[in-house]
Amino acid sequence: MFKERPSEISVSSLTGESDMTKVDARALSHRELNARLRELVSSGVQRIELHNVYGQRYIGTDLDKPVKIDIFGTPGNDLGAFMDGPGITVHGNAQDGCGNTMDNGEIVIHGHAGDILGLSARGGKIFVKEDVGYRAGIHMKEYQDKKPTVIIGGTAQDFFGEYMAGGILVLLGLNLKEGEGHTANFIGTGMHGGVIYMRGEVQEFQLGKEVGVAELNENDYLTLEKLIGEFTCHFDCAAQEILKCRFTKLFPLHLRPYGRLYAY
Amino acid sequence: MKELGRINNFYQDDKVMDACSIFGMMDTAGRRFSGKKVVEAIANMHARGNGLGGGFAVYGLYPKYANCYAFHLMYLSRAGQARVEDFLRQKFHMIYAEEVPTRPIPAIVNPPLVWRYFLEVKSEGTCGQREDDYIVDRVMEINTKIEGAFVFSSGKNMGVFKGVGYPEEIAEYFCLEQYEGYLWTAHGRFPTNTPGWWGGAHPFNVLDWTVVHNGEISSYGINRRHLEQFGYNCTMQTDTEVIAYAVDLLIRRHGLPVEMAARILAPPFWSQIERCSPEKQKIPRTLRQVYGNLLLNGPFTVIIAHQGEMIGLTDRVRLRPLTVGVEGSVLYLSSEESAIRLVCPDLDRTWIPIGGEPIIGSLERPFEPAVTARGTSDMAISNRGYAKISK
Repeated sequence: MFKERPSEISVSSLTGESDMTKVDARALSHRELNARLRELVSSGVQRIELHNVYGQRYIGTDLDKPVKIDIFGTPGNDLGAFMDGPGITVHGNAQDGCGNTMDNGEIVIHGHAGDILGLSARGGKIFVKEDVGYRAGIHMKEYQDKKPTVIIGGTAQDFFGEYMAGGILVLLGLNLKEGEGHTANFIGTGMHGGVIYMRGEVQEFQLGKEVGVAELNENDYLTLEKLIGEFTCHFDCAAQEILKCRFTKLFPLHLRPYGRLYAY
Repeated sequence: MKELGRINNFYQDDKVMDACSIFGMMDTAGRRFSGKKVVEAIANMHARGNGLGGGFAVYGLYPKYANCYAFHLMYLSRAGQARVEDFLRQKFHMIYAEEVPTRPIPAIVNPPLVWRYFLEVKSEGTCGQREDDYIVDRVMEINTKIEGAFVFSSGKNMGVFKGVGYPEEIAEYFCLEQYEGYLWTAHGRFPTNTPGWWGGAHPFNVLDWTVVHNGEISSYGINRRHLEQFGYNCTMQTDTEVIAYAVDLLIRRHGLPVEMAARILAPPFWSQIERCSPEKQKIPRTLRQVYGNLLLNGPFTVIIAHQGEMIGLTDRVRLRPLTVGVEGSVLYLSSEESAIRLVCPDLDRTWIPIGGEPIIGSLERPFEPAVTARGTSDMAISNRGYAKISK
């Protein structure tokens, strides 16, 4: 079924861009596509365009060079899993598990993303233009200077930041109408590290038992300003307008909320 | 002891990380189409299954015999077939019978016999029972009393084709390219805790209800016992079977609207109910109290179909995925968006519904061709109601 070789064109001679390679992914299985990507990256290719992507999983997995990958189509689950350095741009929507245990690099999604975005990520940045599904940021973690960061332009479904252990989650709610709040429930359930910033209304009952609400301090605003600046660069919108609105900061009340649960 | 796995398989990549795949496609304007796109879409999610089950349900399948009950039967023995045919002749007028055409392919090993029968209920034959109840009882009788015979489907103008194999192989085996319908559902199976056998492949059916399912029903035991009180016997050794019988009971026999049935299978949490006004609490409270035993616990995404309607539903904390796409009058439901995009790159809308919210396509309310710009996507998140999708 997947026996055909990819049609590949190196366009460096045509456009003057260095080492840009186009890959037609239509007939490639996820194993073949990722093997091809590893081959290209180790041969020193700097930019790759993937066309006709229909659900191949794990795209970009374990690549460890700062290669730029543009994806046209709908990449499959676990996009960028375990990757360490590449910059992936999705011209469309992402499915579930995007950024799974990602170590470093950047994923920019010009659409929406499915469930468990950035699960267990331990570094890198993810930007989503529109909404995200259930459990975005689940169990992200941080260590010293490694701080995974997820910035979402739209709103989120339930269990946003579930079991979060570190990193930064930003929810901008840019597509909420006047007077409309986020509708996610169980936000930050089990959270025990990191920080969540939400723009737009959120009610007390929507929050998990393990999170506290705080006003933003100067450092928070500095962090947000920088991240929103990057967000607006990716998606071409005005940062100042976004920053004018009120933000809510959610933080974990305990670092080990279940520390005594099973220890009698 | 040596850990041989490390030597034989250095990357430890023999572990199968899968889930079932489900796909549904319905033209709400009622136009019939071939299964080509459906097979292409479900085959695109090949990696989710493991070849131990694949199947399809097709509606608008037998217009020539539209008023007959179309029985698809699987036989494990010729003796079973002879006994079923005697039984059917005794209980029904048999208008037409034939073996379901198949083509031998290497992937399909040791298939059972599959036959179809077009049946009419004898006017004097139901002893005052409703015709559809009579059919359900006869299906249960075959499944529980006749050795080596199982009913794959038993509705009018529809049929189920299923077996052990990848769905694209099952489609090839049953020559599905030769059929047309206005509503198709498809399933690729990754059996978790029940055997991968022909009867256990999805869709599950009774009358014209079919269910394809990704997930597992931890409440199977209590659901099954509850349904047994109403004459439904589980014989297919797979949890999904209870969903087919539950929707038959709730929607057909108890006459509940789909939205209400969805709130029984995937009810709002008590904490959500308690935040409503006392007046608004009445219905969800009553449903949970009366039908508590039909609450489906555990992760699930299902596509439920019957004559004229296709319904997508996930569990209330959405532990399994569902993406919706709409293009013109056609509704797509899929485990993954990529499968929809493959067969329909230019969708009017695509979104991910919240847990417990049913997505309904119906011949009674066909979607209008989109007047808005194409390619915009948004998720129906803000709507926590149970409204049908409207354009």
